[in-house]
Amino acid sequence: MDKSNPVVADLDGIGRVYQMGTTEVRALDGIDVSFRAGEYWAIMGSSGSGKSTLLNILGCIDRPSFGNYVVNGYNVNDLNDDDLSQLRGRELGFIFQSFNLIPQLSMLENILVPVFYQDNPRPDAEERAYMLADRLGLADRMDHRPAELSGGQQQRVAIARALINDPPILLADEATGNLDTQTTGEILELFDELHEEGKTILLVTHEKEVGSHAERVMWLRDGLIDRVVENRS
Amino acid sequence: MSGILARTVQLGVKSLLLHKLRSLLTTLGVLFGVSSVIAMLAIGEGASAEAQEQIKQLGSQNVILRSVKPPDDANSNQTTRLIVYGLTHNDFSRVTKTYPWVENAVPVRILQQEVRYDTKVMHPRIMATEANYQQATGRMMHEGRFLTAADDFNVSNVCVLGYEVARELLPLKSPLGQRVKIGTEYFTVVGTLLPRVPIGDDVPLPGADVTGEIFIPLTTGARWFGEMQVKQRAGSREMETVELHEIIVHVDKAENVERTAAACREMLRRSHDQDDYEVVVPLELLARAEETKRIFNIVLGSIAGISLLVGGIGIMNVMLATVTERTREIGIRRALGAKQHHIVFQFLVETVVLSVGGGLAGIVLGLAIPIGVEYFADMRTIVQPSGPILAFGISVSIGLLFGLYPAWRAAQMDPVEALRHE
Repeated sequence: MDKSNPVVADLDGIGRVYQMGTTEVRALDGIDVSFRAGEYWAIMGSSGSGKSTLLNILGCIDRPSFGNYVVNGYNVNDLNDDDLSQLRGRELGFIFQSFNLIPQLSMLENILVPVFYQDNPRPDAEERAYMLADRLGLADRMDHRPAELSGGQQQRVAIARALINDPPILLADEATGNLDTQTTGEILELFDELHEEGKTILLVTHEKEVGSHAERVMWLRDGLIDRVVENRS
Repeated sequence: MSGILARTVQLGVKSLLLHKLRSLLTTLGVLFGVSSVIAMLAIGEGASAEAQEQIKQLGSQNVILRSVKPPDDANSNQTTRLIVYGLTHNDFSRVTKTYPWVENAVPVRILQQEVRYDTKVMHPRIMATEANYQQATGRMMHEGRFLTAADDFNVSNVCVLGYEVARELLPLKSPLGQRVKIGTEYFTVVGTLLPRVPIGDDVPLPGADVTGEIFIPLTTGARWFGEMQVKQRAGSREMETVELHEIIVHVDKAENVERTAAACREMLRRSHDQDDYEVVVPLELLARAEETKRIFNIVLGSIAGISLLVGGIGIMNVMLATVTERTREIGIRRALGAKQHHIVFQFLVETVVLSVGGGLAGIVLGLAIPIGVEYFADMRTIVQPSGPILAFGISVSIGLLFGLYPAWRAAQMDPVEALRHE
């Protein structure tokens, strides 16, 4: 573990409060943690522990009710909706449990969606899409629609999409939850590779097996960090 | 920027093609609205142009007095009848002498005689009139000359053929100098006229197989054919005496047309004890045509307006459903970096694609309707390029107007909620 790596995501007293009718629900109640570049974390906890809420805030699709969250030097509290959207597309790559590909688009078009929304899209995006597809073993599937592919293939496309803008941070939300054991293994290997290449990976899961691939596991309980466990590999 | 637009349009088309029938049905409202707009403009333009043409033919500075046969008596079961009606020479001289602004008045008698040349037989209208007929009506010569004052004075047996008559009787050679038999007399052709488009009110006399016209001097007509015309019908004979069938009153300027018409009406009302005349004012025909056009515009405009409104609401309705249906897609796009305006733009483009699709189909239908109207209703229509352009503009605006709210709704969605949506 290299402590000299820069902090890419810094949470300082992050809380998220939902108003359910008249009662307040504190999904997160003061999270302090720093993620450094190149780290591989698993976030675990029972349902209702706040791990999805944390991932939404890490992914900048939700804003904290209190506390400060700084991504690569940008405090999300200072950003308006447009800037936050740009930041999502540029700094973060999302990988979802149910793949979340857009059904009417081909694989290639799906991979290129995040490029489309960038203010300064990379000029080599299409080449890069083919390069990623090639690497993920999808090269001959680029014209297919999501419905024509297996779950594992769809998740590979989703990973290619998450990587297209070359963001420093990858966020995976139960990324293997809908896959069989063999495909799960393949996807986790892929994450290991990406980790080797220096991506920061934050992975939410409830499977210990999956969590064991990460360098450390953060356990959440009732909106607070319960403990952080270092994995010996 | 144009690349983004092209890709967004492409995406919109793709999304719409996922639900072909729904998209098709959605466009129908705009389709009918747009086609009514085009048809309305085309019919309106046609009516207006027709009126203009009539005015040109009848003369905007003319008032036309016509004899009208009064309605038959109920107890007319005699086998031989004599009917006297219509305008008289007295009327004519009163018109010419009373009003200082009347430049010119032309008497016309319309005779029914058989016309023969060689083996061909026709029954055109024989117009017995004076030299200034041509000047008052603006009819153009094709060949030769029109009747002159000398022809009238000399009671010459000369005639001028209308275009249709000349073509029918002497199709292969110039009619000039040829002798045509009208009734029992031979007439020398001195000129032929250019054709004119038939005028709505200018119906042939009942029972006559009339095609075209032949002009002869008024005096010649009176000399050979008298003032009485006999009509044979099954079991009865009817004799009509009409002194003049038409008086064309040409006034010095257009402002005087109306008061001339009023004065003529008054004069005729006093001197005629039956309702055996009519006063036709070409300027009033224009007003009538304008009125027809206005009614058409109101009716078709309402249809167009209602169906565009309904079409727009239909589109909005479908787009709201689409937005709900694609909540998850919106969430995905937002998570991948789409700003709110990207989402607005995407759905707005989709709505505009729908409405423009309907609009283009509407333009095709709208261009077909005038053709159908011309064929079946025998009405003139004119499609001007501004019609389809306007219609296209309307369909784009409908898309923008009714797409704004669904697109705004889509953009306002909370990404977290949207992603959770099943």
